[in-house]
Amino acid sequence: MADHTHHIVPKRVYFAVFTALIVLTWVTAWISTVDLGRMNLVVALSIAVFKASLVVLFFMHIAYATKLTKMIVFSGIYWLILLLFITMEDIWTRGWMGVPGR
Amino acid sequence: MASQSTALQHHFENAEQQKDASTIGMWVFLVTEIMFFGGLFLAYMVYRQAYPAAFASASNKTDLWLGAANTTVLICSSLTMALAVHYASIGKKNLIVLFLVLTLLLGGTFLGVKSVEYHDKWVHHEIPGANFECEGCADAQHASLFFACYFGMTGLHATHMIIGIFIILYLIVKARKGDYGPEWHTPVEMFGLYWHFVDIVWIFLFPLLYLIDRSGGLKG
Repeated sequence: MADHTHHIVPKRVYFAVFTALIVLTWVTAWISTVDLGRMNLVVALSIAVFKASLVVLFFMHIAYATKLTKMIVFSGIYWLILLLFITMEDIWTRGWMGVPGR
Repeated sequence: MASQSTALQHHFENAEQQKDASTIGMWVFLVTEIMFFGGLFLAYMVYRQAYPAAFASASNKTDLWLGAANTTVLICSSLTMALAVHYASIGKKNLIVLFLVLTLLLGGTFLGVKSVEYHDKWVHHEIPGANFECEGCADAQHASLFFACYFGMTGLHATHMIIGIFIILYLIVKARKGDYGPEWHTPVEMFGLYWHFVDIVWIFLFPLLYLIDRSGGLKG
């Protein structure tokens, strides 16, 4: 196994990630006040996903982790997507069939 | 004490394998946490798409700039936590303690701001229940669903932070004794993963709860 556990991330990586997170927080707060229609939600969630990826990869060291650990993280996110999207597919398509009570 | 903790347990081949096992165990726990919060995110999505006007007007009742400032505080605490882990891995005892204390203070600040926001909701009767009111809300009846999600999600998040604060206190006591160094600092590193996870949950809660229809475009 490679020398993963002794990998020391340089401090400048942390400061760069930190700066990006702070800037994006205020960008997302500001851009929410601009009317982009439905795109407001898309932009807000894209920024959130990008910020979360930075935290996972660098603060949580997944960029330097073993394949097995990466696999576990990926499986967690995958199951979350299954939970959210399969349920929402049902909700979104109910109107198509004229289900009673909707 | 330190020597006991650093000792390689007999069922591991070497220290690296022991560390990898801890990391994997922590991540498996965090995956269960993703699913734990995931259920709340799902409830939020279903109700938001069912009552978009109620969610938009109720979301505008939250304080956008207080929320953004609190997000900043939490990101600062993530940085100080990452630095605490960094100094643990190079064995700078005083700096581990310093950055753990800073993380503790920033976490406390976040909870303080959160309690101010909760108090504001209490004063305005915006807590779901018999006395619920939502002044000027488009669909006051369903606006209480937004606040149910708001308190459920931020409440579970805050509970995680309160638990985290007790764990930081324990880590500070241990770090002061000099228990953590380059060869063994697994508890600091695993707690770091937990703290960053709590930060990630907030990264999603902030846009979902505070930033719906701030421009008022949905009304037009």
